[in-house]
Amino acid sequence: MNRFARLFTIVQRFLPWAALLFGLAYLASALRPPATKSAFDLAGFGRLPVLVNGRIKPLDTVARTSLLVIQNRQRVSDPTNPVPLTESPDSWLAELLFNPAKADTYPTFKVDSPEVLDLLGISPDDTKIAYDDAAMRTLAIFDFVPKIRTRFSYAQLRPKLAELDRQARLAEPVDAQLRTTFQKQVLAVNEHVVLYLRLKASVQVPESKDFLTELVTFERALPAGINAILAKQKGEAHSDDAVAAMKEMADRFTYLEQLGYLRTVPPDPDDKDLTHWRTTGEALLDSFGTGRINPTVMAYAVLGHAWRSGNAKQFNEVVKLLHDEFGKRFGPALQKSDVESRFNAGEPFYKAMVLYALAFFLAVVSWLKWPESLGRSAFYLTIVAFVLTTAGIATRMWLEGRPPVTNLYSSALFVGWGAVLLCLFLEKIYRNAIGLVAAGSIGFVTLLIAHHLSLSGDTLEMMRAVLDTNLWLATHVVVVTSGYAATFLAGFLAIIYIVRGVFTKSLDRATADSLARMVYGIVCFATLFSLVGTVLGGIWADQSWGRFWGWDPKENGALIIVLWNAVILHARWGGMVKQRGLMMLAIFGNVVTAWSWFGTNMLGVGLHSYGFMDAAFYWLIAFVAIQVALIAVASVPEDRWRSFRTAGN
Amino acid sequence: MKALLLSLKKFFVSLQLTVALLILSLVLVFVATLDQVNLGIWAVQAKYFHSFFVLWHLPDTSVSLPVFPGGYLIGGLLLINLTAAHLYRFALTWRKLGIQLAHAGLILLLLGELFTGIWAKETFMRIDQGDTKHYSEAFRANELVLIDHSDPKFDDVVAIPEAVVADKKSIQHPKLPFSVTVREYYANANLQMRGAGAAPSPATAGIGTQLAALPLPVTYKPDESNLPAAFVEVSAPEGSLGTWLVSPGLGMPQTFQYGGKTWEIAMRAQRQYYPFSLTLEKFSHDRYMGTDIPKNFSSRIRVRSDDGHVDREVLVYMNNPLRFEGLTFYQSGFDKNDTATVLQVVHNPSWQLPYIACVMMGAGLVIQFGFSLVTFFRRRQAPPAATTSTPTP
Repeated sequence: MNRFARLFTIVQRFLPWAALLFGLAYLASALRPPATKSAFDLAGFGRLPVLVNGRIKPLDTVARTSLLVIQNRQRVSDPTNPVPLTESPDSWLAELLFNPAKADTYPTFKVDSPEVLDLLGISPDDTKIAYDDAAMRTLAIFDFVPKIRTRFSYAQLRPKLAELDRQARLAEPVDAQLRTTFQKQVLAVNEHVVLYLRLKASVQVPESKDFLTELVTFERALPAGINAILAKQKGEAHSDDAVAAMKEMADRFTYLEQLGYLRTVPPDPDDKDLTHWRTTGEALLDSFGTGRINPTVMAYAVLGHAWRSGNAKQFNEVVKLLHDEFGKRFGPALQKSDVESRFNAGEPFYKAMVLYALAFFLAVVSWLKWPESLGRSAFYLTIVAFVLTTAGIATRMWLEGRPPVTNLYSSALFVGWGAVLLCLFLEKIYRNAIGLVAAGSIGFVTLLIAHHLSLSGDTLEMMRAVLDTNLWLATHVVVVTSGYAATFLAGFLAIIYIVRGVFTKSLDRATADSLARMVYGIVCFATLFSLVGTVLGGIWADQSWGRFWGWDPKENGALIIVLWNAVILHARWGGMVKQRGLMMLAIFGNVVTAWSWFGTNMLGVGLHSYGFMDAAFYWLIAFVAIQVALIAVASVPEDRWRSFRTAGN
Repeated sequence: MKALLLSLKKFFVSLQLTVALLILSLVLVFVATLDQVNLGIWAVQAKYFHSFFVLWHLPDTSVSLPVFPGGYLIGGLLLINLTAAHLYRFALTWRKLGIQLAHAGLILLLLGELFTGIWAKETFMRIDQGDTKHYSEAFRANELVLIDHSDPKFDDVVAIPEAVVADKKSIQHPKLPFSVTVREYYANANLQMRGAGAAPSPATAGIGTQLAALPLPVTYKPDESNLPAAFVEVSAPEGSLGTWLVSPGLGMPQTFQYGGKTWEIAMRAQRQYYPFSLTLEKFSHDRYMGTDIPKNFSSRIRVRSDDGHVDREVLVYMNNPLRFEGLTFYQSGFDKNDTATVLQVVHNPSWQLPYIACVMMGAGLVIQFGFSLVTFFRRRQAPPAATTSTPTP
């Protein structure tokens, strides 16, 4: 017994250091370059810059965001096969660009709706997964592994694409808010198919068996072909075959020009406009004027050839050559795209999410056992997670050249970041693990929300003209988002108070009082930030739209948060609520904030609406229901609470 | 009597009233936001915010019942409550400076919104590249105009607001040698070519004889506008001169001769004339490469005053309006394939109040919560016996 006690003491003493070490090792793993098994330099390929959606970004980002959009995850795999079908998003993209026939067989289209599946001619029998392994079959019964397929390959969709296109054309003219679920899903799947087809037409004609040979033959035939065309125009003698060959190539290139998604070809050396990137199709059509094929187009064709023939050495040489070429003129842009692909591979937000969850559990357990040791372990893990998110947000800011919050996705990151920062201050003052539990849960949840928001595409978007002002993004948006963060934090602290008080015996008077002071302080902070942020927003609106206040949904949402925080403070000052009432009001603050943050966007009206989010709507309802339930729990008389039942009388 | 006054004072000073009003305003704003989906932003503002009571129209009757206090009532009571609290409750001490400042700022903000509601006027100016305009137009209000073109130097315009037209009465004006009678008026209408076998048009002159005006329900959507139409008869003492169809949707001017003068009759967006003119030198619209996302729009404008003292060029773009002669010109949109600019023109004498209010409230809250924070840390450093849980407002 004595030996055990001593062992526990030692474990307790070293646990925090072990946690810190683990956290740091995990953090370091984010900095390490990703290991590759392939002989192909896929990381180098992923770092190649292209211009898409107004921004120069690495192919790696294109690969990851495209996969997230069309199949909601970055891994390409089949549920019956434990090994992923492609090593990384980059190798999927390489396959799609250079060897599309093979990429067409990968299940990369997520389709959930039975109606759309029916439309695509995929029967329920096709979606059933038959596991060979008995163990897997057992797991499937208990839902540990999927029972049905939700992702399908392009080859599976191809026979019915004409019908999908027809349905999409029918749904397109309907007002976005009036579309049925079926219409929305048809449009979504169709949009994914179009994105896939456009990606495929980015560096070569998708159907071409050997694009490199095709290009070489074309270049050789080009002088004679141009002469033949010129001769035909003048009505002189010419070879009809040569003209026909040119015409055929021009048609193929026009197809690429119209469909191509990536602008892979940098501006010509004599072009001063550095944003003037072209698609492969445009550059190839230009060859009729220049008489030669653009070297970047040729380099991509060689890459394709090397990829298909498994010639890793040639592939890696061309990747390096392209890097050197880009580096000469686009040094800063190349540096950014290098950092961005490392940032993608490091997945700082995913790693922070894991650490927050871990810290949350350690902190909760610390209320029951080993408060000092577990509390400190949780503190270290939270610090490491916070450093990771800080680094992640800072990297995004540097890549974009913008203040931290530019869209809904980054607002989720920032709300989490701000709330955790406040929690760390609270923990420093009170040292009772409450700040850590709140930090862990808010950090985890906001990063989870951010992950789901990232499914709609690249999160580093270009700013619309009206938003294109760093001054207001840095002041109004940051301040008002900090207000959201603080209001949420007050609500979460109140939840801790209620849950610990009603369901456990761990809420003693001192803890209850300190929680009440925390909530009060955070509400003060929230009032200050949401008020100033809202008024700053009004001033911005005055600068850009000519009115201070327009009763736009998003403005009203911000106003409601200010009003609610003012209600809490005045009710407290007027003695209308005591501790328990304060907690109930603070929990309702969660409802108010969630509505302002997401609910207003779901209305689909107003200047600030960023799009209608269906799936999120149900989560919002669920969240509100939970908060209301917690308020109901809190209204149980205090002498029935487990903590106070024993403490009182 | 004194007791009544005292209890009245107690009521208006009380924090309970503050909390009740805050909650009421929260509910009002929330419901109004949801109702924007049905009514659109303009109707919502009139129904919920620019009113003393939110009225609920009993179905199938003409009776409207007040069901909730409106923006003016809640705002007004809040203003009284705030002012009363300033007078009676807040002691003038340094410790209360923050609270004083924050609430004074709030009073200013509410007053500013009230003044804006009363005084601010929003119109727009659409200028084609190279063109010059010396008037702006209303977004929604229209007017019936009769223009005397006989003087080549200037036009003599008689404008009748749409609200008067909507009454469908006979109108006489000292400047008009004839009377104008509105026969038909539609707040929103669709103009179509008249079919071969259709009933004869109420119009007897002008393009209206070939057109039919089909009434449409009034739209409240922010991206749609109503297109009113009216059939207007012009009667001289000698008899009717004809009935014209007028609408802002008709492009061609319609004219008639009377008393040796040429008159034009039209319905158009209400105009506001200025003693200066704006010329659009150049409109630029940049998009991000390979996308339709606008990067920037800007208008190079030449401003010239009629008295000849002002003649300069300015660049108006997003977040950078032109402030001139008490008016503010904002880059609001573009038209005609990027060759025309749309400027929003706002006249708001109280535009500076929110700026001052913002500074006051921000500073007030920082001082107030700063005091609380300092007190809190002092107490923590003091022996534990001193820690009590009374909040410091």
